[in-house]
Amino acid sequence: MAAFFDMGGYAAFVWPAYGLAVIVMIGLALQSVADFRMQRKLARELEAGRSARPRAPMRNPDSEA
Amino acid sequence: MAGMSELTASQRFQAFANPARFMALSDRLLPLSAVVTALLLAAGLYLSLFASPADYQQGETVRIMYIHVPSAWLAMFGYMVMAGASVVALVFRHPLADIAAKSAAPIGAAFTFLALVTGSLWGRPMWGTWWVWDARLTSMLILFFLYLGYMALWATIEEPVRAGRAAAVLALVGSINVPIIHYSVVWWNTLHQPASVFRIDGPAIATSMLMPLLIMALGFTLFFVTLLLLRMRAEILRRRVRVLRLARTER
Repeated sequence: MAAFFDMGGYAAFVWPAYGLAVIVMIGLALQSVADFRMQRKLARELEAGRSARPRAPMRNPDSEA
Repeated sequence: MAGMSELTASQRFQAFANPARFMALSDRLLPLSAVVTALLLAAGLYLSLFASPADYQQGETVRIMYIHVPSAWLAMFGYMVMAGASVVALVFRHPLADIAAKSAAPIGAAFTFLALVTGSLWGRPMWGTWWVWDARLTSMLILFFLYLGYMALWATIEEPVRAGRAAAVLALVGSINVPIIHYSVVWWNTLHQPASVFRIDGPAIATSMLMPLLIMALGFTLFFVTLLLLRMRAEILRRRVRVLRLARTER
C-alpha cells in the first residue's frame, strides 16, 4: 500500500496531476449545476410573475456572476 | 400530426435546432450521459492507477499520461466544437449554435489548463524542466489564452447577438492554432514526443497502456458532452430570463 502511494518515488508528480484533474472537473461540474439551477429558478420566478423586485435592465446576464 | 420519420432531413435538423426541443431532448439525455460518464471515469481511474504497468523508461510517471493526453485531446476537441459552432452561428444564424459555442469554451479552457499543468508535472521528472518555450507547449498556452479571450469577449459585450458575432470571429481566427498544435511536434524540434496513438501506422503504445488511455479519453469526452448539454440548458434559460426582464421593464 505504501508502495502504491509512493508511486516509485514520483508521488510528488503523479498525485498532484490526478488531484488537480479531480478538483478541476468536479469544480466545473458543480459550477455548471449551480448556474443551471439559478437560471431555472430565475426563469420560473419571472414566468410566474412573482419576482416583484425590479432588476437592472439591458445588462449582459454574464456580468452578474 | 406528422411523425419525425415523415420529415425531410433538413426539417428534422430544424426541429432539433429549436431550443424548446433541445430542452426536452437534453432533459432526457442528461441523466443517462451523466451516469455513463461516471462509470467510464471510475473504470478509467481504476485501470490507470491499479491495472496498468509502470513504463520501463518512465516508471510510474507514465500514469500522468492517462490524465494529460485525454485533457490535451479534449482541449483541442473543445476548440473545434467551439469554432465549428461559430461557423454555423455566423453563416446560418442558427439559434443553438451560438449557445453551443459559448457553452463549450469554459470546458475546453479547463481541459487546456489541465493539459498544461499535468504536462508540467510530467516534464519536471522526465525532461528535467517544468516548462520550455517550444512549439507544442507554446501553442497549447496560446490555445488557453484564446479560450480566455473568447470568454472575456462574451462577458464584456452586453448585447448577446453582438457578443456572439464578435466571439465567433475570434474563435474562427484562432482556429488556425489547432493544426499548429497538432503538427508542432513534426514541424519543429521539440522536447515533446510525437503522436503515439493517432499515427498512420497505428498506435505505437502497448495495449496494456492503450486500453486505460482510451477508456479515460472516452470518459473525458462524455464528461465534455454532459457538461456541454448542461451548460447549454443554463444558457438558454439565461437568455429567457434576459428577455423576460426586458419585457418587464418595457411595460
